[in-house]
Amino acid sequence: MNEPIIQIKHLTKTFGEGGSAFNALDDINLEVRQGEIFGIIGLSGAGKSTLVRCINLLERPTSGEVIVDGKHMTELSPKELREARRNVTMIFQSFNLLMQRTCLQNVCFPMTISGVSKADAEKRAMELLDLVGLKAKADSYPSQLSGGQKQRVAIARALATNPKVLLCDEATSALDPTTTTSILGLLKDLNRKLGVTIVVITHQMSVIEDICSRVAILDGGIVAEQGPVTDIFSNPSTDAARKLVYPNGYNERQTFITGAKIIRVAFNSYECTYEPLIASLAIDCSVKVSILFADIRNIDGKATGTMILRLPEDADEAQRAVDYIASKEHITYEEVHENV
Amino acid sequence: MSEIFTGAFWSQYGSLLSQGTIDTLIMTGISTVFAYIIGLPLGVLLILTQPHGIRPNKTVYKLLGWIINIGRSLPFIILMIAIMDFTKLLVGTKIGIRGSIPPLVISAAPFIARMVETSLAEVDTGVIEAAQSMGASTMQIVWKVYLPEATPSLILGGAISVITILAYTAIAGAVGSGGLGDLAIRYGYQRKVDSMMLITVLFLIVLVQLIQFVFSRVSTHIDKRLK
Repeated sequence: MNEPIIQIKHLTKTFGEGGSAFNALDDINLEVRQGEIFGIIGLSGAGKSTLVRCINLLERPTSGEVIVDGKHMTELSPKELREARRNVTMIFQSFNLLMQRTCLQNVCFPMTISGVSKADAEKRAMELLDLVGLKAKADSYPSQLSGGQKQRVAIARALATNPKVLLCDEATSALDPTTTTSILGLLKDLNRKLGVTIVVITHQMSVIEDICSRVAILDGGIVAEQGPVTDIFSNPSTDAARKLVYPNGYNERQTFITGAKIIRVAFNSYECTYEPLIASLAIDCSVKVSILFADIRNIDGKATGTMILRLPEDADEAQRAVDYIASKEHITYEEVHENV
Repeated sequence: MSEIFTGAFWSQYGSLLSQGTIDTLIMTGISTVFAYIIGLPLGVLLILTQPHGIRPNKTVYKLLGWIINIGRSLPFIILMIAIMDFTKLLVGTKIGIRGSIPPLVISAAPFIARMVETSLAEVDTGVIEAAQSMGASTMQIVWKVYLPEATPSLILGGAISVITILAYTAIAGAVGSGGLGDLAIRYGYQRKVDSMMLITVLFLIVLVQLIQFVFSRVSTHIDKRLK
């Protein structure tokens, strides 16, 4: 149980030669466990697409080891590598379906090139299309499908050879939020049903939040941080992590420079139009609080989001503020400690 | 020139024209087939060996590029005369339909190689990468991805190739190849039968229009991206 299925050791990838050479990836060490959904997040140019391509060797590492399901990928012969790739399949941001083939033929493709008979391939392809909810579209061409449907076909195709690992390279980045949610739901479902290990590459923290159990943060070709998603979220300890967790630029160092009590207030559809919280707090309890950070969105006239407040140093006043906030419906709070 | 509407004209030249049209079609057809047999693999080789191809090979890519460019720089009429001895060795004659085919093929093959290269380059690199990620071999990628995905574009390129070869067959008329170009030169130019000049040109125009129409229709019809 939970044995590493992917091990990356001291992986370096250098592009170019001589003076113009640069390290896209520099001494990467990672482990992905069997059956988990592992996220790799980073901003553009962080090297995440290169890293995921080093796992199935679409990019050949300059040095280091990549071990997938017990196989040293860099040491395989071309033929062995092609076979190993059937075990580590991939889906892409731009879907990359064969445009001149039907959905069914697309899903059959990886099977027919590995020698499965046409009849067997079609039978399994129909099962897979059913699994991703697109059985009715078997004879449609990709150009007739929406983005989300195309990605479902791509997922079915990637599962055709019964892989142990599914690599997702920005698989939802070209999709709208609703479709993204449904594709992520599907991946989660497949992970649970089939036990396939999933590696998700993304620049969206929300994707990691939704489906990943562990995450590595890639920044400038190095792993800045890795661990359980909940840990990284509650305690982003590097700049790269903070930038991703708080994309709107919340500088925690500055925030926590005082010793005062800090709380994080979460607004869950709070009726702010009728009751401005901070103003009411000042009037009703005569407590003055400072807003250190706020990311509140007005959705249908209701406030949703987070606010970080610094409470007065006076313990009594602080308690009054907390009690007041606790008494409000649709608002929750938690205490935040320095260096949490 | 209104004589082209008279029965006398047609009884005198009708059989020449129909034979000329058939000869032109035969020369064009056979040359196209052989030129593709040589040009298509060369185009594939260019795509595979290019710097970002799936089998990059600088030497092969550059050498092939050079040869193709040299082949394309020679004007057809010069090439035809220059290789006459080779033509005779190959098909036993320097003239007629048979004699015209080797120079037509040699001239069109490099052109076709470039046309094929351009069509294959239109295939999304992401799709090629996806095929690689599924464990497809180079040959599988050529036969099952590059060629089928590029077919509509290859057919459109085919129209350009066929029409180019058709134009070359008319030039081949200068050395007695037979066909419509031959008629235009011998009757229209040398014997000053203006009507023959006019009618051969009209025939060539109709042929080109027909070829383009058919190829475009087929390309559109089979392209699944357009549905």
